[in-house]
Amino acid sequence: MPEFVTEHRLNILLALILLGGPLVAHFADEPFLVTLATRATILALAGVGLNIALGLGGLVSFGHAAFFGVGGYAVGILASHHQTYEPLMTSPFVINGTNQMLVLWLVAVLVSGLAALVIGALSLRTSGVYFIMITLAFAQMIYYFAISWPAYGGEDGLSIYVRNAFPGLNTLRPLDFFLLCYAVLIVVLLAQWKMTGARFGMALQAVRQNEGRVAALGLSPYRIKLAAFVISGMVTGLAGALYADLNRFVSPTMMSWHLSGEIMVFIILGGVARLFGPVVGACLFVLFEHAFGSVTEHWQFFLGAALLAVVLFARGGFIGLVAGRVRHD
Amino acid sequence: MKKTVMSLAAAASLLAGVSMAAAEPVKVGMITTLSGGGASLGIDVRDGFELALKQSGRTDIELIVEDDAQKPDLAVQLADKLIQSDKVDIMTGIIWSNLAMAVVPGAVAQGKIYLSPNAGPSALAGAGCNENYFNVAWQNDNLHEGMGAYATTAGFKKSFILAPNYPAGKDALTGFKRFFKGEVVKEIYTQLGQTDYAAEIAEIRASGADSVFFFLPGGMGIAFMKQYAGAGVDVPLLGPAFSFDQNILQAVGDAALGVKNTSQWSKDIDNETNKAFVESYQAAYGRLPSLYSSQGFDTANLLISAMDAAPISDKDAFRAALKAANFKSTRGDFKFGSNNHPVQDIYVREVVKEGDVFTNKLIGVALEDHADAYAADCKM
Amino acid sequence: MTVALFLEQILNGLQLGVMLFLMAAGLTLIFGVMGLINLAHGSLFMVGGFVCAAVAAWTGSFWIGLVASLAAAAALGALVEIIVIRRLYDRDHLDQVLATFALVLMFSEGVRFVFGSFPLYLDPPAFLSGPVTLPGGMLYPAYRLAIIIAGLAVAAGLGLLISRTRLGMQIRAGEADREMIAALGVDIRFLYTVVFALGAALAGFAGALIGAIQSVQIGMGEPVLILAFVVIVIGGIGSIRGALVAALIVGLVDTLGRFLLPTLLANVMEASAARGVGSAIASMLIYLLMAVVLVFKPKGLFPANA
Repeated sequence: MPEFVTEHRLNILLALILLGGPLVAHFADEPFLVTLATRATILALAGVGLNIALGLGGLVSFGHAAFFGVGGYAVGILASHHQTYEPLMTSPFVINGTNQMLVLWLVAVLVSGLAALVIGALSLRTSGVYFIMITLAFAQMIYYFAISWPAYGGEDGLSIYVRNAFPGLNTLRPLDFFLLCYAVLIVVLLAQWKMTGARFGMALQAVRQNEGRVAALGLSPYRIKLAAFVISGMVTGLAGALYADLNRFVSPTMMSWHLSGEIMVFIILGGVARLFGPVVGACLFVLFEHAFGSVTEHWQFFLGAALLAVVLFARGGFIGLVAGRVRHD
Repeated sequence: MKKTVMSLAAAASLLAGVSMAAAEPVKVGMITTLSGGGASLGIDVRDGFELALKQSGRTDIELIVEDDAQKPDLAVQLADKLIQSDKVDIMTGIIWSNLAMAVVPGAVAQGKIYLSPNAGPSALAGAGCNENYFNVAWQNDNLHEGMGAYATTAGFKKSFILAPNYPAGKDALTGFKRFFKGEVVKEIYTQLGQTDYAAEIAEIRASGADSVFFFLPGGMGIAFMKQYAGAGVDVPLLGPAFSFDQNILQAVGDAALGVKNTSQWSKDIDNETNKAFVESYQAAYGRLPSLYSSQGFDTANLLISAMDAAPISDKDAFRAALKAANFKSTRGDFKFGSNNHPVQDIYVREVVKEGDVFTNKLIGVALEDHADAYAADCKM
Repeated sequence: MTVALFLEQILNGLQLGVMLFLMAAGLTLIFGVMGLINLAHGSLFMVGGFVCAAVAAWTGSFWIGLVASLAAAAALGALVEIIVIRRLYDRDHLDQVLATFALVLMFSEGVRFVFGSFPLYLDPPAFLSGPVTLPGGMLYPAYRLAIIIAGLAVAAGLGLLISRTRLGMQIRAGEADREMIAALGVDIRFLYTVVFALGAALAGFAGALIGAIQSVQIGMGEPVLILAFVVIVIGGIGSIRGALVAALIVGLVDTLGRFLLPTLLANVMEASAARGVGSAIASMLIYLLMAVVLVFKPKGLFPANA
């Protein structure tokens, strides 16, 4: 038990640091650091999404960039229709574009959930290494589709000239947008925490440990895994929606297999199956990129070396180093 | 934050009233591609730009260079950093149209002046034009239009045309067709990043065309030309300069010899500025300049000419000074059209071998004082 | 559309298939024997291309370059196996994916550091650089024909190696039961290093062959790697025969799809729309094929250890 308490306290401390840093930066008139923290927050959310499938369910998806991109494009496409005042479709009924984040988020979550449902339903027929390669291949398929489909910019991507609106906030101010993203991240983390302890979360972890036993209890492991995969895709899609607004731009790069790899890297850097693992991992990643990127053109080499060292020698990631091992694994 | 910047600007303009206009320092943020497959283009732009700064001997220009690795999302972050953290006055450097579309609209909306040394997407030339956006290279369609015009005068009647399936590829084929009066036998869109063109070459062989126009930037063009030579098809190739720049030619080798291509610049354009530029560039970097180097060089000289004429704090005067384009370009004549895009000659070049080095030789002019097709849509 | 054009496209499909087989064979062998998923396989392909181009430029001979690329890829493969990969056999697939992803980042930047950012120049040997006339008067690039022949020869050689030699016997035993062969007194660490080096050499060989018709540049292995994954998923992971069949299917479907789809769609829709939609669907075709195969055969066409 004491170890659990340590991780719990550590999580609260991490949440406070992630909130406090940008606040200090804001009052020190360093808006760029606020923007950097926003980026870390959003990437963390994408990692939290993957962590539901990977950490809790043991589903090693190498194609989560697809959901990130689909969520981003949902926002990009609707916002571009809002800019031009052209409806998205007119028959059988009219769908107009919008610039309201709440609506955009809902659409992004639904669309990426749908994508996860289709991809998951097919991919979960397999397991292990097949699953890794198939999720990668499906993400690649969507990536090529986005590049070749000319209607929304193809390879050039799609610009959102003005950041979308949220009631009561000026989203163009870096701090306002950061606080919004931070709030979303915390809400999702709380929901995941609740879910882990609830029936569904228990069943999911049981499936990871012993599928046969779950099946013997009369539950369908396939359905449980599919549900987890869809929820996971939805959260990552929501992160994609926020990322679209952060950059005011979406492009197929959001779906590239490198990004799928990076989302996984967040989890391993922070610690697999830890609630705050992806948060720590994403922050470390952004800091690393920022610090080394300005020193050497070859910073990706050192990123690779650091990642390799963590995988080989520090399997618990950052949280594992600080808070000790998970109680049962 | 905004307030501080404004008061700084106000203080600066007060100072400017007292001292010489030229003494006011200017901070330039350059976002360009220095790593990844497209790095050679960004390196050339940067080197050309830095060469011009060095030759001017000025100490009042601070240049901050950032590498975008050809990733649009990274470019956007770097733009945020340059604007919010480094507080630059001028931005430049972007190579790719998709990165330009991600960065430029936001930057100019925040009042930064952007000088494009390479990308010229049609959206920024037409309805999306902006008084803070100046293109020192070309509008994307220009070189392709030049090739369309050349193919017509050279007497080609049936052309087979291909480009990657993405917006700049579509602009390329549209630009070619705008000026080509013959028949387009077949139009093919290939996959972006495709490296095997066996299928397309087979179709070319079977098509009965008398010329092939292709726009395949970077590694795609290298692969295409080598495979084309190996297939033994003898239909002449035509293309824009992008597939025949100094770096790519060395990789393609003999396969490119004799190919005609269109460019707004060539190393043997006969004027003093250009001669001095080619010589000093070779001396400084040990290689021949490419068209990208010349664009970087011209961009820096345009900036310097504007700084000589007006202080950066007086945005209107500074913009007017940029628009006057009162500098000696490596291209000879250079002026801006109503949408801040170049009005310039488009030349035809031929690939030749000089000693061990493959390079281009000027053989004629395709279009004189050519402007772009989108200027009419620009309401500025 | 002429018969000659159609035949030429079929040869093109075969050539792509053979090249994919060289990549997929190494991947599937490494997975079959050691249970390892190796993302860095594409990097070995890239290293093969770079070494061949550099050595060919230095010595003036493509053949010396080809031999050097084989040797370099095999040596690098063995080195990486001993330093890193060896520690990953007992780990789960997640660790393997991440560690080899880290290797991809390091190899890409390392190659850039050594060779620079510019694409390198590599020509096929002079006597293969032109076209040859096939029976029936059809012209076809000699070098592509040579790739098809070389690839099929490697496939046959690999088949013999596995079915007839002592090493092949150990490999088959390793695929069937890993603990068993250690008990039989085989030096399993050495066997694993040899198998990994063999896979690496095949990838380096493919990279050198392809480098001569495409461009030798950073990241050239990544698209090929992902196609090779599709191939081994369709063929059945661990099966060399499956890899060969699936590689040829993928090569043909991809080439013919790009060629036929836009033309077929032009019958049902307006020409320029058909071109755009056609090439968009053609780029997804092999992934759709993979999805269909999975629905009916979740373990691929030739499930290993079945």
